[in-house]
Amino acid sequence: MKTFATLFRRIDAATSTQHKRQALIDYLRLAVGDPEQYASAAWTVYFLAGGKPRQMISTKLLRQLALEATDLPEWLLDECYHSVGDLAETLALLLPPPTRMEDAPLDLWMNERLLPLRERDDAARQAALREWLDAMPSDDRLPFFKLVTGELRIGVSKLQMTQAIAQATELDAKLVAQRMMGYTQANRAPQAQDFIALVAPAEAGEDGRPLRGQPYPFFLAHPLQAPLSAFPELLGAVDDWLVEWKFDGIRAQFIHRAGEWWLWSRGEELVSDSFPELAALVDFLPDDIVLDGELIVVAPRSDARSAVDDLSDLRPFSELQQRLGRKVLTPKMLRDRPVALIAYDLLEKDGHDLREKPQRERRALLEEAVSRTHACAMQVGADLPLRLSPALTQPDWESFARQREEARARGAEGMMLKAMNAPYGVGRQKSGANLWWKWKLDPMSVDAVLIYAARGHGRRSGVYSDYTFGVWSGPPEQTDRTLLPFAKAYSGLSDEEMRKVDATIRRTTIENFGPVRSVRPTMVFELGFEGIGASNRHKSGIAVRFPRMLRWRQDKPVEDADTIEALHALLPGGGA
Amino acid sequence: MTKDLIVPVAEGLYCPPGNFHIDPWRPAALAVITHGHSDHARWGSGAYLCHEDCAPILRRRLGDVRIETLRYGESRDIGEVRLSLHPAGHVIGSAQVRIERRGEVWVASGDYKLEADGVSAPFEPVPCDVFITESTFGLPIYRWRAQAEVMADINSWWAENARAGRASVMQAYGLGKAQRLLKHLDANIGPIVCHGAIEPLNQIHRDLGIALPPTFNVGALDKAGLSRCFALAPPHAVQSGWIRRFGDHSDAFASGWMRLRGNRRRRGVDQGFALSDHADWPALLQAIAATGAERILVTHGSGEALSRYLREKGYDARPMATEYGDEEGEAEPNVDVDTDGA
Repeated sequence: MKTFATLFRRIDAATSTQHKRQALIDYLRLAVGDPEQYASAAWTVYFLAGGKPRQMISTKLLRQLALEATDLPEWLLDECYHSVGDLAETLALLLPPPTRMEDAPLDLWMNERLLPLRERDDAARQAALREWLDAMPSDDRLPFFKLVTGELRIGVSKLQMTQAIAQATELDAKLVAQRMMGYTQANRAPQAQDFIALVAPAEAGEDGRPLRGQPYPFFLAHPLQAPLSAFPELLGAVDDWLVEWKFDGIRAQFIHRAGEWWLWSRGEELVSDSFPELAALVDFLPDDIVLDGELIVVAPRSDARSAVDDLSDLRPFSELQQRLGRKVLTPKMLRDRPVALIAYDLLEKDGHDLREKPQRERRALLEEAVSRTHACAMQVGADLPLRLSPALTQPDWESFARQREEARARGAEGMMLKAMNAPYGVGRQKSGANLWWKWKLDPMSVDAVLIYAARGHGRRSGVYSDYTFGVWSGPPEQTDRTLLPFAKAYSGLSDEEMRKVDATIRRTTIENFGPVRSVRPTMVFELGFEGIGASNRHKSGIAVRFPRMLRWRQDKPVEDADTIEALHALLPGGGA
Repeated sequence: MTKDLIVPVAEGLYCPPGNFHIDPWRPAALAVITHGHSDHARWGSGAYLCHEDCAPILRRRLGDVRIETLRYGESRDIGEVRLSLHPAGHVIGSAQVRIERRGEVWVASGDYKLEADGVSAPFEPVPCDVFITESTFGLPIYRWRAQAEVMADINSWWAENARAGRASVMQAYGLGKAQRLLKHLDANIGPIVCHGAIEPLNQIHRDLGIALPPTFNVGALDKAGLSRCFALAPPHAVQSGWIRRFGDHSDAFASGWMRLRGNRRRRGVDQGFALSDHADWPALLQAIAATGAERILVTHGSGEALSRYLREKGYDARPMATEYGDEEGEAEPNVDVDTDGA
């Protein structure tokens, strides 16, 4: 734990990405040179790249342990937690100093202590933890509790980890990215050989080809924010671009190799079990093929459809969400909310990696493969959960801009632009002509009033940074109108603005409810969001997607904020 | 029931039978001052009464005002009460205010800490019936390491930077924290630079007989000197041109708030050292117990939490609203207040 804790502190104290990366590289170089460290390094990479094992110890148990060890009343523990904003840190700060010292490497902690705790009962867990903590140096406690509570949050991304490994081992970053695929899955317990496989010299012929069910790294898009007038200069002619709808679903990679199939989400989690209906594809798709596409809920039906690029029956993201949260998928759920994969890229065919081929060629092969599969299914009257993302055509960018306005009506968020001559890249590439662009519609927005505030976490612990917003229940002439809460947001403000808002919240507090304060309505914000739907879970009857603060409208009095009518007008099929 | 000897009024803490205020935040006729930080020693009162070591700080801060002084333990009768000052260990010249009337004793702590810092006279518990305590760090998450340990860390941070040829820039409150750091820095490591806002306060300490290592103005050092120096500046100075003189440097902040990771990260400095001139949670409880008081009034900080905890332990305790520290007494560190020496 000491080695991991030291690395954790160094990364945590780093004030620049450069320092952070250097800390990772220094650690990895030492680990690669020391076989005794391979097993713990396997876990270190797992955690820093974002791996989260399933819960080993409940929050409740940790709290009980802290209460018992400190002899504090429970309300005071809560008070401390609200002030710190992080349970792991609160526990680390409160526990009395250890009475003896012991150090065990991270792999021993995970494999022999923490993971087996899942099989024990609460009393045994508590006894074991008590004993371990009594021998743990105070400095190691924060990283320890961070691991146990499931989130490190020290600002290392999987991409940074990949780059650091590449740099420390002098391997090609694409190769490392391929080797990292699936490394951080929740149910994995990485071992020494996994670390060896990650950092081993490239073998002859190893070209970053995935094995069995392993996916390729996803190619990610950049937001396109240039004005339309700049498009010709920035992008060139429309003919050089593949233009598609940007669907509002889950990005996924479907792998069919050697008669088996796997479905991976963009977060590199294996999600095959959550979407069993895709098993039907295996009967019709050729073997050794990998599709990239979007999972989305479609209208249920039993007969085959005639056109494979018919997308008239896409359902909103909220319906997909209802399937995601489930532990058990009921037959009714599968019947009422079936998903389809809208394919938009072909990464592998007949076992050959197609990623270096230009988009134009991959697209042609994709169309051929999907059409043939569709035709096979038609013959037996099966409605396959597979569609083809239509390639849109227009004579110029202005026409595309006009067509983009229909996106919402079609269940899309905007358009995707992909260079016809570009290969399929790795991750979010920094620059160059070969990017994928996401050209999203401007977010919908309303002017809303801040009515509740809660203290934030992590870098914002102690600061009122998480806000609930409301809109008026009626027009100004209605004297008894109230503010209806409809969205929470915590991003979009600069540090400076947040400091000011925090100070205003403290000055205008009406009531404290634990960590939350109600405030006198004085502040108006332009709130942007990507989607909107009716909801019976919210008092306002409305739920919005990805709400964030676009602007602090210091020029606008509270009375001029929007009303619930403005939100209703934005609903699909609503007045606008 | 006898009347309270100290009550909160619009101007600040007020002693009706003595007709004076303690650390008033609005002008009063007679202001008894516990220490020289700007949230306690405010401008505009008719006359000031403080410890003799606090007087030069008040003069520097408030200009030509009427100041009378007392030594620790020396008493003065004012109206119906007898007043005396006792060491609070917070900063130089800081005092607890003891007020006695017909055998009843009240003590207002001002800000205090228990650990001897080598600069200010160490805290002395004063037996009393009613104790008015601060609670800046009045939650059990606040527990300080011993000064010697923290200073050893600070000196080794400096030594490591000096070896690497970069300056060590420490942000710290100008009165108290700065001199405490100076007192315990290992001056063999390199030269020490003090920002212009701090140096006059150093001089006051030296004039009062506190030995501090030599300090330099930033302009007095050559490049080689700057590359291994320790530089002390108040938090607001780090955005100024002053900081640019040091080129590539490592920065740090010394404050009790640095105990929390979120504060360290918001600060955006390389190192946060939890060094405070306020009592931590165990010290607050120890100081309160040592007074023997049964009635406790808790001012700025975690007044609600500390007083509730004390009530559960059998004290007659309640929060007392003041305007010390941050607005609504919640002295939180996200606003740069160069006032309370946290």
